[in-house]
Amino acid sequence: MVEFALPKNSKVTSGKTWPKPEGATETREFKVYRWNPDDTKNPSVDTYHVNTHDCGPMVLDGLIWIKNNIDPTLTFRRSCREGVCGSCAMNIDGENTLACTKAMDDVKDSAVKVNPLPHQPVVKDLVPDLTNFYAQYASIEPWLQTITPTPQKEWRQTHEDREKLDGLYECILCACCSTSCPSYWWNSDRFLGPAALLQATRWVKDSRDEATGERLDNLEDPFRIYRCHTIMNCAKACPKGLNPSEAIANLKLKLVERQI
Amino acid sequence: MALSIVHRLTGITLYFGTILLAWWLIAVAAGPSAYATVQAFTGSWIGRLILFGYTWSLIHHMLSGVRHFIWDLGYGFTSAERESLTWAALIGGVVLTVLLWIVAFTLGGAR
Repeated sequence: MVEFALPKNSKVTSGKTWPKPEGATETREFKVYRWNPDDTKNPSVDTYHVNTHDCGPMVLDGLIWIKNNIDPTLTFRRSCREGVCGSCAMNIDGENTLACTKAMDDVKDSAVKVNPLPHQPVVKDLVPDLTNFYAQYASIEPWLQTITPTPQKEWRQTHEDREKLDGLYECILCACCSTSCPSYWWNSDRFLGPAALLQATRWVKDSRDEATGERLDNLEDPFRIYRCHTIMNCAKACPKGLNPSEAIANLKLKLVERQI
Repeated sequence: MALSIVHRLTGITLYFGTILLAWWLIAVAAGPSAYATVQAFTGSWIGRLILFGYTWSLIHHMLSGVRHFIWDLGYGFTSAERESLTWAALIGGVVLTVLLWIVAFTLGGAR
């Protein structure tokens, strides 16, 4: 349901300001969301000062520097550090993006504000609980489904058919798009969200897949797809430059086309 | 997202504007005195302001609706197209409303 304010136990309080690193000539201020499931305190925002001479240029570098040098309890997901794995998706300077591809210098504000992805349950600090998100991805059955006997070699596809998957297959499931979508904030129990729907489009458009009808049947629902009102936050948020909005519009067109 | 919210808000104000329109139509059918009451209200500065808001809501909602129609047909999804469609709806709505009122005042005076 529509929620405009945070529940009482999620109200963010001001947190600890950690001392500036000694001997650092240039520092960058980081304001980071902290919440620990092991105590009963509300979430807070801690202030850190990162020594930029001792640290890489990206926001993720800053977070790793804080963890290594100031506060080892700071918790966040990260892996590839080059925008391929989608682990370090978080809300930086008010926008959902990947910490590893967002440069500190691109944050105009004097402080780099870092929060977990919006409107998801928090596991700890910057780690959101994406169980529902992954379950929705599983629900669109993201694998090749065929009836014809499997060929001796690989399934063949023309170059033109392969090109139809461009702009879809690149999705890394970081959840930046879905968690930026107001419809998803308010109906994520029933609306699949831009990421799962972009993936659904990827399989509907695949010339080798033979379950297109069943896939569309599964989507034809007032909530699963039609809670998308083309708000376009997803396309703005995607750190890979993909366009879930367009993918969903194509799906809606396919749902209409098969009726006429 | 902002323009998506404006689209919804104008949609809501259209409900109230339509009540105004219905009131005017009923007054036309009811007779001269009822009609005079409506005219007195719509002729007052507050009435004019509400009417101006209603015409803007109507025109903005229409242009914004056309924008959504284009998207529903699968066009206009690049970021440049998205931004220009959005600005066109916003600026076009204001410009057309002002034009409409200029035309209304030139043709009908301040009646």
